[in-house]
Amino acid sequence: MKWYITKRLLMLIPVLLGTSIIAFSLIHLAPGDPARTMAGEHASQQVINAIREKYGLDKPLYIQYGIWLNRALHGDMGRSIVSNEYVTREILDRFPNTFELTLFSMILAIIIGTIAGIISASKQYSILDYTFMGIALFGVSMPVFWLGIMLMMIFGVFLRWLPISGRIDILIPLQRVTGFYLLDSIITGNFTALISTLRYLILPSIALATIPMATIARVSRSSMLEVLRQDFIRTERAKGLSERAVIYKHAVRNAMIPVITVIGLNFGLLLAGAILTETVFAWPGIGRYVVSAVRMRDYPAVQGCVLFFAFMFVIVNLITDIIYIYIDPRIHYK
Amino acid sequence: MERKRETKTGELVRRFRYNKSAVFGLIIILMFVLCAILANYIAPNNPTPSPPELARSLKPGLWSEDGIKEMPLGTDALGRCVLSRILYGARVSLSVGFIAVGIALLLGITFGVIAGYYGGWVDSVIMRIVDIMFAFPALLLAIVIVTVIGQGLDKAMIALGIVYTPQMARIIRSSVLYIKEMEYIEVQKAIGSSNWRVILRHVLPNSIAPVIVYGTLMMATAILDCAALGFLGLGAQPPTPEWGAMLSKSYTYIVSGAWWAATFPGVAILFSVLGLNLLGDGLRDVLDPRLKT
Repeated sequence: MKWYITKRLLMLIPVLLGTSIIAFSLIHLAPGDPARTMAGEHASQQVINAIREKYGLDKPLYIQYGIWLNRALHGDMGRSIVSNEYVTREILDRFPNTFELTLFSMILAIIIGTIAGIISASKQYSILDYTFMGIALFGVSMPVFWLGIMLMMIFGVFLRWLPISGRIDILIPLQRVTGFYLLDSIITGNFTALISTLRYLILPSIALATIPMATIARVSRSSMLEVLRQDFIRTERAKGLSERAVIYKHAVRNAMIPVITVIGLNFGLLLAGAILTETVFAWPGIGRYVVSAVRMRDYPAVQGCVLFFAFMFVIVNLITDIIYIYIDPRIHYK
Repeated sequence: MERKRETKTGELVRRFRYNKSAVFGLIIILMFVLCAILANYIAPNNPTPSPPELARSLKPGLWSEDGIKEMPLGTDALGRCVLSRILYGARVSLSVGFIAVGIALLLGITFGVIAGYYGGWVDSVIMRIVDIMFAFPALLLAIVIVTVIGQGLDKAMIALGIVYTPQMARIIRSSVLYIKEMEYIEVQKAIGSSNWRVILRHVLPNSIAPVIVYGTLMMATAILDCAALGFLGLGAQPPTPEWGAMLSKSYTYIVSGAWWAATFPGVAILFSVLGLNLLGDGLRDVLDPRLKT
């Protein structure tokens, strides 16, 4: 087990180095002088020279990469061209918002997705099964930003039940402790803020959760069906166990193994979906930040976000793999 | 030999026809293809009139008394016919799908075959690069590429093609690895066929099933991602009638009650992607039951 995890960790090194090379080359692949690109269009010659000096842009590429990587490892991704703030600072400020949104969506997707899948499989070819799978089929084919717009329109504009954009009602004061709105409002005992943040969280979470929810439902259904056909299930039934016990005590545990892989894989989709959802709902997270950075040609910010997203994705995949070996001991023998 | 192949095709067609959802998917896609081809003839209006007719801005469609008769699905903020723009948009989306998947196929087959057939360090290098590209969510990688090569529909197609390449390369590689070990390939090598001959005549034709299946499903993803890039303003640029870009220009107006301009383009995306997903799943059941998940 330890050996497997060590090996898995070592395999991360080339991948992370590769992603850093991609992020690094962004500035050099873009047309024009990198120093000018980093300084922004309207920078003075002095600023450009200072940047050239600071990042060693007159030195050979591999030395530049070394300098850049060293700085990045120390948390210095340079300053944003637009705001002149440190990119790392800007990303860390926005991270809690993206984290709350993706976590909330994932929990929603896992709970509803697995339950729908299990019910569909245990009542195969029933009306319920067809309904769930029909919805799931639409779910995987839906553009997440359009779903967001539709939710906004129905629940925000027509019914006026929920707010349509932002993170919290701007009139409600909330003391910043950790940066996580939900956590902060609980810590400070600010009940109005908690309700407000939750209300703002609902629509974006549903929009973002739909695709992974649909995928999880489909995979857990087919995985359940596969398990229910196996010999040991027939033995359990022959033993006289109730159908309920067969399904919930024996089948579900075995059927969840492929579902966990899918959950891990879906996290990437969720991050990509966050880029779109945050843009639709004006959610102040990293997804919206990277889009505006690309539009403004804010290269240091784009580099920072790219590294950040890739890092998150790689870590989640690692966690999935580790959970996987705990659940399925057979993986040792592969 | 020839007769046997014919009966096999016949059997595949029969199996396809019995697969209801596949046939349904095919019908949906054929309808979109027809819309794309006949857009000139069936679109009631010019999708990109210039100058814009602002007097007709955000008028509802047939369901309302205030609507303009010749614009059945209403108009967008610039007074353009939503229906006509959706019909022309089918052209844009379907061609992006085809071209992006085409690029991914071309690159993916090249790298996948080289990696799978030759193995060794070539395989290791190619697969490490694939791993690195998989460390990015597809849309983010596309955004990164667009940042470098610039915005626009043509650039978006290239970016998506590159983004899908690793997936295609993996699929091809694994099917090449499987076929490579077959006895008849051994025989070909033993009788002295060149590597390229073996690859082109024997390995590639036998990996065609997964390529068709995943190519179809990939086209669905391409349409979604292209719309997403358009929505973010990084793909198709105005006034191109692209579904995603149409949404991004219209959704701010839903607050004033103009829901149609932000609804119908999304329905078009939804059904074209749904059609391709159904078709892809169906083809998988028909062509390669082993792939069934």
